[in-house]
Amino acid sequence: MSAVLDHHAGHDDHAHDHPTGWRRWLFATNHKDIGTMYLWFSFVMLLSGGVLALTIRAELFQPGLQYVQPEFFNQLTTMHGLIMVFGAIMPAFVGFANWQVPLMIGASDMAFARMNNFSFWLLPPAALLLVGSFFVPGGATAAGWTLYAPLSIQMGVGMDMAIFAIHILGASSIMGSINIITTILNMRAPGMTLMKMPLFVWTWLITAYLLIAVMPVLAGAITMILTDRHFGTSFFNAAGGGDPVMYQHIFWFFGHPEVYIMILPAFGIVSEIIPTFSRKRLFGYSSMVYATASIALLSFIVWAHHMFTTGMPVTGQLFFMYATMLIAVPTGVKIFNWVATMWRGAITFETPMLFAIGFIFVFTIGGLTGIILSVAPLDIQLHDTYYVVAHFHYVLVAGSLFALFAGTYYWLPKWTGHMYDEKLGQFHFWASMITFNITFFPMHFLGLAGMPRRYADYPMQFADFNMVASIGALGFGLSQLIFLWAILKCIRGGEPATAQVWESAQGLEWTIPSPAPYHSFETPPTVK
Amino acid sequence: MIFGESMGRQTRRYGVRAMVRASAGVWGALGAGAAWAVGDMPGGPAVNQLNLPVGVTKIAADQWWIHNFLMIVCLAIFVAVFAVMFYSLWAHRKSRGAKPADFHESTAVEIAWTVVPFLIVVGLAIPATSMVIEQKDTSQADLTIKATGYQWKWGYEYLKGEGSGVSFLSTLSTPLAQIEGREAKSLTYLMEVDNPLVVPVGQKIRMVITANDVIHAWMVPAFGVKQDAIPGFVRDTWFRAEKVGTYRGACAELCGTNHAFMPIVVEVKSVEDYKAWAAGKQKEMLALADDPTKEWQLADLNDRGQKVYASNCVACHQANGKGVAGAFPGLEGSKLVLGRQEDQIALLLNGKQGTSMASFKQLSDVELAAVATYTRNAWGNKPEDTIVQPADITAARK
Repeated sequence: MSAVLDHHAGHDDHAHDHPTGWRRWLFATNHKDIGTMYLWFSFVMLLSGGVLALTIRAELFQPGLQYVQPEFFNQLTTMHGLIMVFGAIMPAFVGFANWQVPLMIGASDMAFARMNNFSFWLLPPAALLLVGSFFVPGGATAAGWTLYAPLSIQMGVGMDMAIFAIHILGASSIMGSINIITTILNMRAPGMTLMKMPLFVWTWLITAYLLIAVMPVLAGAITMILTDRHFGTSFFNAAGGGDPVMYQHIFWFFGHPEVYIMILPAFGIVSEIIPTFSRKRLFGYSSMVYATASIALLSFIVWAHHMFTTGMPVTGQLFFMYATMLIAVPTGVKIFNWVATMWRGAITFETPMLFAIGFIFVFTIGGLTGIILSVAPLDIQLHDTYYVVAHFHYVLVAGSLFALFAGTYYWLPKWTGHMYDEKLGQFHFWASMITFNITFFPMHFLGLAGMPRRYADYPMQFADFNMVASIGALGFGLSQLIFLWAILKCIRGGEPATAQVWESAQGLEWTIPSPAPYHSFETPPTVK
Repeated sequence: MIFGESMGRQTRRYGVRAMVRASAGVWGALGAGAAWAVGDMPGGPAVNQLNLPVGVTKIAADQWWIHNFLMIVCLAIFVAVFAVMFYSLWAHRKSRGAKPADFHESTAVEIAWTVVPFLIVVGLAIPATSMVIEQKDTSQADLTIKATGYQWKWGYEYLKGEGSGVSFLSTLSTPLAQIEGREAKSLTYLMEVDNPLVVPVGQKIRMVITANDVIHAWMVPAFGVKQDAIPGFVRDTWFRAEKVGTYRGACAELCGTNHAFMPIVVEVKSVEDYKAWAAGKQKEMLALADDPTKEWQLADLNDRGQKVYASNCVACHQANGKGVAGAFPGLEGSKLVLGRQEDQIALLLNGKQGTSMASFKQLSDVELAAVATYTRNAWGNKPEDTIVQPADITAARK
């Protein structure tokens, strides 16, 4: 610990002398500045991915081909997935980690400030590669965000750009994770034992380990695609002794933990918010920690439930079905703990709480459809249909994204020093909640009726539900402009926030003034 | 209502519209759809269908059953959990004067809500396990058919059982004008093909599935079947359709530009009708293969001719075309082979008196033309006219 303290002592000399203007951002080493950049970056990506989604929904508004051709349609679905997963959701959580982890553990900054800068500044070039690939000959990759071989081998130069972009994003994620792990393990305030850490910090610690474990696996998979494409290897080509299904095994060995990478920090955010607005301690703190760890461990042994239709042997199907069903147990524990936290509290319904309650409600729907999908003999019907699309949007949009909204409203007063406009926030919540369900609930029916996903056109019998979904999607897209408005309004002014902000919020971040000073916890606080 | 159980298993689909129609005929017209004048697709999706199809195989019916079972369990859990949560949100509001309690753990409760979900999950896994075993049992099939996914159509080959040898391609038959909105869309829009797969009712059909280029997936919801088609590998699945009719499915794995345009249509016929279809199809294929009026390509004739040569000529003239000195003349550089077509054809049709060269007029025109063409191009032979068309043989026979 002493080495860390010495380090801070050295910093004090030039603590209030930081670059201004563009230098402040390009050369940023301050965790708050970098966190802010991560959050804005992910918001821009969210809107970009949203525009792609709305184009998809416009085409699917009616049967027949109206606005885009099938090849471009496939580019849209692919890039929507890649941009949302790697550009919007993941960086947004890293932004939260940057802002909040040091504040919540009483550290002065992240452990590796310059690497932190590099982690962020790798993102814009990757985003340019992804978005720019639309404008090269052949367009963006149209192989689906999963980039299954051999379809991805057929793609044009847009595929190579996506591979490089994912490599860069992966490197950024790994550096970010190393930073987060080191910060959490080494820079906690005296007295903050592991089992006293806020749950958001716990979930990010576990998430960071997941990232370090699986991002290299993804890098390996897409590198093999790259060499199959250009250097004559045959990893995924049967004619050369390879196997297309091997790609799927490698991809989903990354892909399933990736799902939890995108949801565990969301669990953490919700676990901070529910106790605050229930005015009651989180129920079952230690079981929350163990449940998070169990989910992370289980995530490594369930990957092939994405592959039930590849023709696995009976034992394979049974193993992956049983393992997947088990995830329901720790996930259930979390839901029950949140409900028990609210039970006999003194509940108020500010925007963060609304989004947290909304999260529990809609995420549980996504969790229950997950159990239905885990049943291998039934998944044969539902695999690659709109049922799956509905399922993962319930956990990723209503799950991860709603938690991100909740966290933004929760900590925005701490970040800006102003209270956000409560009416605007509540409007954003209800608009998002209603339009989200209009968009994605009918997709369950489409999937059960057998409409495959990634279809540019569909039979007439699916027309009405698709039309409803498209209308909902437009509403959901527009609802996010309310979010933008609420944030800009809060940055520009508003009722000054107190240090405490929320009546019964617990944790070190509420002990420093709002807005959080540029340098905080230069002398570590003591946790009793 | 979502499950449609109250409506009985006989009704195959359960759509909002179907319910409207069933309950009040007056509303039937509205049920046909406000935006699209369209009805349920025979053997395909119903308008606004809400649940899985019951289907026409035991597997599909089992899937329908287990889905309903899971939905009931999940809904019960959902209602129970959120009844508690929403009660709490209502009763324990601060605005109602609620004072927070200070409990924050209970080992007994926490163990209970870990163990109970575990037991529920085990309960769900038991029926699922036997279904997996049943679905994967492709043994003792009556008929084996190979399906090959191409970008963007399906190829079918009847490998074993009644109709073996039949093969054809199956392509979307929806006209482009409908897709582009220049014509009204039909009831079977995008789920219709030129050559449907035909199978007999009540027999176990084993589908051997592969692909030619990228991964596709062969799916027919009414059979409860979906199997990825993987290039370079074969996987199998099976179904036993219990009802005569036409059933429709689609490609379920992203396979490139026209992924949405390579449907699957299966006609289930009675056993007699299937036999008649298979026999007709086999004849048709033979006729098609050997159509003597067709203008053949050199490469095709050569390939065919090599086979005819191997089964008819090779014993004497030898594979290397050199014959056997003193017994059988060689064809390599033979004057007759390199000479006029008419003479070679005459020899093939009539044979040569006093030698071992018999008449081969029992072979079809295509086979004779093929073998003549083959000999004219094999072993470095370079005659003036390299190709003999079946039509030339037909003419010579007269």
